[in-house]
Amino acid sequence: MSVSRAATLTVAWRLASFRRENVPWFPIIILLTLTVLALFADFIAPHDPQVGLLGERFRPPAWQQGGSTAHLLGTDHVGRDVLSRLIFGARVSMVVGFTAVIFAGVIGTVLGIMAGYLGGWVDQVIMRITDAWLAVPALTYAIFLAAIVGPSEGNIVIILGLVYWTRYARVVRGEVLSLKERDYVRLAIVAGCSKWTIMRRHILPNVVNSAIVLATLMLGVVIVTEAALSFLGVGVPPPKPAWGLMLADGKKGLMAGYWWLTVLPGVCIMLMVLSANLLGDWLRVKLDPQLRQL
Amino acid sequence: MKRFFIRRVGYALLSLVVLSATIFVFVRLTGDPAVLLVEPGASKADIDAIRTDLGLDRPLPVQYLLFVKGLLHADFGRSFYYRTPVLELYLERLPNSFFLALVAMAFSLIIGIPSGILAAVRVNGWWDGAGKVFALLGLSMPSFWVGLLLILFFSVYLGWLPSSGSGTPLHVLMPAFALGWYFAAAHMRLTRSSMLEVLGSEYIKLARLKGLPEALVICKHAFKNALIPVLTLAGINLVLMVNVAVVVETVFAWPGVGRLLYEGIAFRDFPVVQTTVILSGVMIVAVNLAVDLMYAVIDPRIRYER
Repeated sequence: MSVSRAATLTVAWRLASFRRENVPWFPIIILLTLTVLALFADFIAPHDPQVGLLGERFRPPAWQQGGSTAHLLGTDHVGRDVLSRLIFGARVSMVVGFTAVIFAGVIGTVLGIMAGYLGGWVDQVIMRITDAWLAVPALTYAIFLAAIVGPSEGNIVIILGLVYWTRYARVVRGEVLSLKERDYVRLAIVAGCSKWTIMRRHILPNVVNSAIVLATLMLGVVIVTEAALSFLGVGVPPPKPAWGLMLADGKKGLMAGYWWLTVLPGVCIMLMVLSANLLGDWLRVKLDPQLRQL
Repeated sequence: MKRFFIRRVGYALLSLVVLSATIFVFVRLTGDPAVLLVEPGASKADIDAIRTDLGLDRPLPVQYLLFVKGLLHADFGRSFYYRTPVLELYLERLPNSFFLALVAMAFSLIIGIPSGILAAVRVNGWWDGAGKVFALLGLSMPSFWVGLLLILFFSVYLGWLPSSGSGTPLHVLMPAFALGWYFAAAHMRLTRSSMLEVLGSEYIKLARLKGLPEALVICKHAFKNALIPVLTLAGINLVLMVNVAVVVETVFAWPGVGRLLYEGIAFRDFPVVQTTVILSGVMIVAVNLAVDLMYAVIDPRIRYER
């Protein structure tokens, strides 16, 4: 059985064993809706998110005085449709969020397993780097890296991956330290398995659950960081419709009281982060028997 | 004790070395540092001058030692934009950042501690549930968005508070609340769990058996001990607040070190960006070290570990 298959089976088995109790429908529905919006943004969005008509600028939402059904949620400072930008923004957040979380997860898990299983100087080197990186606040570090490499969607994913892998490395290493004392690992050593085989086939499948839980929890953190970077102008470059960028643009109409430009993108960020956190908390209890006892 | 101190200080120094090395490597990996370190639009001759000046033609280890030597001499370079040493700029802004962080800390403790105690005393009750919702919202609403909402409500609609800048005590209220918001949730959670632990202990049982009124047990006996971990976290968080306020300071145009970092990005003022990041690392490593050493002095169990 291949490693990834074994890993999927562990997860699938746990998921299948769920009863119907306490399934967190709220976050699941929100995340599914956002996924659908992200996937089919081209068909759902009523307008082009990047092109606006200056004559239509700062239109309020349809239900307010001066609003029209052509722009249900109003328009921004260059007359772009807010609803369409929010829908396309879901795509940006989803793509950046998921790829960054996976990227960070892969680096962190691999290094965590190596540090935990190999021990010795490998452990020392990896963990000292982890400690040093954790010393700088993630956002500051991300800003620094973004300032060096310049803003682009791809760079953001790499930056967020480089900033956040440390969290995985810590958790995974801790788990590996206890796993490697287990009998089945000793048996594998006696049976003559190489270190790499043991790490790949016996350790990895057992830390995948924790990594997935952590990834779900990190999704929220990563999305907030992406929004903050975009807000500061070192994230997703304009005129792409990212929620953080929309908040930065919204500042231009803030003092005039154009609330929809500030409130709506923030609500989207909040809903997505909230869902990721709720889902992560639930998964943690479900997938991680050690934490369940807490 | 002495060995613990030496080892702990050693780790902290090692962290700083690794940190400086990482920054050094990243700057060189991603392109020519000379281009980052000269002003945008500088001529080829200027870039070459910087290159020899920084010793960029020498082998990497030598370059790294020169870089560290500069840091040890508190030589962080000059800002392109302000034309003054970066360190001066930084120290000028630091008091503002600490002031903001102090007020933010006050907000977060005023919100976090009472709600945490209520949640612990009424565990699994209505208050506990409300506390959980609050903690989740604290994690899920980005602080800069909270800041923008505050401006919308208090400056634009009500006209009570100034929307940005500094100077009067009124200016600090909104940025401090936006910054403290996230931390309030963390302080609430820790107060709750620490309070629950203390409430389950023997001496609280004794106090109750003595027949003390519940209010006295909670306020006098339990509260004091439960507060210790919360105040430790608050101490660490205060330093963290100084260093994570970038976005909030930008929203409110608050003249702190976070705003300096933002200006560094906006004006492509690389020495400013680099210095702010390094100093924020130094500050956090230092406070973590201080807390660890303090705990070792107070609690012998820690220093004999491992």
